[in-house]
Amino acid sequence: MSRRFSAWSLLKGGLSGQRAWPAQWRAAAPKAGYEAVIIGGGGHGLAAAYYLAREHGLRDVAVLEKGWIGGGNTGRNTTIIRSNYLFAESSALYDHAVRLWETLSQELNYNVMYSPRGVLMLAHSVHDEQVFKRHIHANYVNGVDNEWLSAAEAKAYCPPLNIGTELRYPVLGGALQRRGGTARHDAVAWGYARAADALGVDIIENCEVTGLRRDAHGAIAAVETRRGLISTRRVGVSAAGHSSVVLNMAGVSLPLESFPLQALVSEPVKPVFPCVVMSNTIHAYISQSDKGELVIGASTDAYTSYTQRGALHVSQHTLEAICELFPDFRRLRMLRNWGGIVDVTPDRSPIIARTPVPGLYVNCGWGTGGFKATPGAGHLLAWTMAKDAPHRLNAPFSIERFRDGTLIDEAAAAAVSH
Amino acid sequence: MLLIPCPYCGPRAELEFSYGGEAHIARPAAGAALTDEQWAAYQYERSNTRGPHAERWRHARGCGRFFNVLRDTTTDRILAAYRIGEARPVLPAEPR
Repeated sequence: MSRRFSAWSLLKGGLSGQRAWPAQWRAAAPKAGYEAVIIGGGGHGLAAAYYLAREHGLRDVAVLEKGWIGGGNTGRNTTIIRSNYLFAESSALYDHAVRLWETLSQELNYNVMYSPRGVLMLAHSVHDEQVFKRHIHANYVNGVDNEWLSAAEAKAYCPPLNIGTELRYPVLGGALQRRGGTARHDAVAWGYARAADALGVDIIENCEVTGLRRDAHGAIAAVETRRGLISTRRVGVSAAGHSSVVLNMAGVSLPLESFPLQALVSEPVKPVFPCVVMSNTIHAYISQSDKGELVIGASTDAYTSYTQRGALHVSQHTLEAICELFPDFRRLRMLRNWGGIVDVTPDRSPIIARTPVPGLYVNCGWGTGGFKATPGAGHLLAWTMAKDAPHRLNAPFSIERFRDGTLIDEAAAAAVSH
Repeated sequence: MLLIPCPYCGPRAELEFSYGGEAHIARPAAGAALTDEQWAAYQYERSNTRGPHAERWRHARGCGRFFNVLRDTTTDRILAAYRIGEARPVLPAEPR
C-alpha cells in the first residue's frame, strides 16, 4: 500500500537509489459486484472514482479500463489548461476545473506539475481580434481572467514569437489567460489512481467492457467484461472516443462523432518557450514540457475514425504554421507523433448527464479539449452518479439540450478546427 | 492520407476531396409532423460506427461531384465507392 509522500520519504527514496518505492496502487481483480462502476480508466474516469469515494462516501467502486490507465487520450493530448470559453455555462464549467487544478497536487499528495504559465491565443485578422475581445469581455463578466495583448506585448510575453509584417497571417495581438497553463498528463492519471486506490477503489486494467445488462425495468443491472460479469446498479461511462460504442451496448444513441486528433513532440532542448501559444486561424498549438520537448497539437482528420493515428498532411500543416510563427524552431527535428480518438458533439460542448437508462450516466463529448477539464469532469460525473441528479454546473450540459435547442455553441472557443 | 477512388475520375489523393459526413440520412419528408425527439435524432444523431461506415465525399478539387464511400473506421481501408442514388453495397463476410 502506498504511503504519503513527504520531504522525508523522498530523501529516503533517494538514498536507497529510488529502488524501494512500493507500487502506488493495487492490481485489483474484479469482484462479482460493486455499488458503482466507472467505464474508462483515463483521467476523467479515475477522477470520478476518486470523488465518488472522497466526497460521496461510495468506496465500493471499480474503474474498468480496456488497456492500461492513462493510456488513451489522457496520455495523448497537449496538456493545455484554460477556461476562457465564451458562454456563462462553459466558463463556469471550465473554471471549476481550473480551480481544482490549483490545489490538486496538495489534495492528491502527488505532484501533477500544474504550471499556470499563461495561455496566449493569437489573433491574425480583424475578425479574430473582434472575436477574442468579445471573449475577453464575456470572461470578465463571468469572473474569468483573460486580457488583450498588442503584438508587441505578445512578443514580450513570448520572445520566440515572430510578429513581423512579412508573415502571410501577421500577428495582430492575442488574448492571454494567465491562470491557464499545463500539467503533467501521466501524473494526473497516476495521482488520481493512487488516491482512489487508497480510499478503496478497485482499478482494473486489461478489462474491456463487452456488454451492458439491463433488468426487466430497463435499469442497469450488470456489466459484461472480458474478465467476467460484474453486477452493479450504477454505471458511469467516461470512454472518450469510444463512448458511442459503449453506450450503444445499452441502446443509447448520442449525438457524437469520433475523429482522430494528432499531436507531436520535438527533440528535447533547453528551456526556450515560456508559455502556451495557440493560433486558431493558422492552426498551431505549442508549449514546452519540463523534459524540454516542444509539445505541438495538430488538428483532427476530416473523417470519423477509430485508428488512433492521423494523416501526415495534417501534422505537416501545423508544422508549417509553427515554423512561420517561430522561425527559431525550423531546424528542430520531431521525435514522435500520435493520434487520439476524440468524441465531438454538434455544439462542441460536453455531455455530463443522466441517460434515458436508469443507473447509466455519461461524461463524454469533450472533443478536442478534455484534458483541461479532468478534475472538474470527474467531480461532476461523481456528483451526478451519487445524487442521481446533475450539479448546477453540469445541468446545462444535458442530452436534452439537443432536443430543446438549448445548445452551448463553443465552436469558436474550442480552437481546434473540426 | 487516403487514396480515394472517385467513381467518375478514378483514384485520387484525399487532398482533392472534402468530407460530407455519414451517408444515407434522408431529410424527413414531413418535417413538421415529427416530434422534437425525432427531429433532433435526424439532425444530430449519427451512427459513429466502429467498422464499415458509409459516408459522403465530394471531389471538390476535381469533378465536383458527390459520391459515397464505404470505409472501415478501424483501419481506414476503403472497401467500396459508389454513386449517389445507388444502394450501399453488401460486403462479403471477411475477417478484418
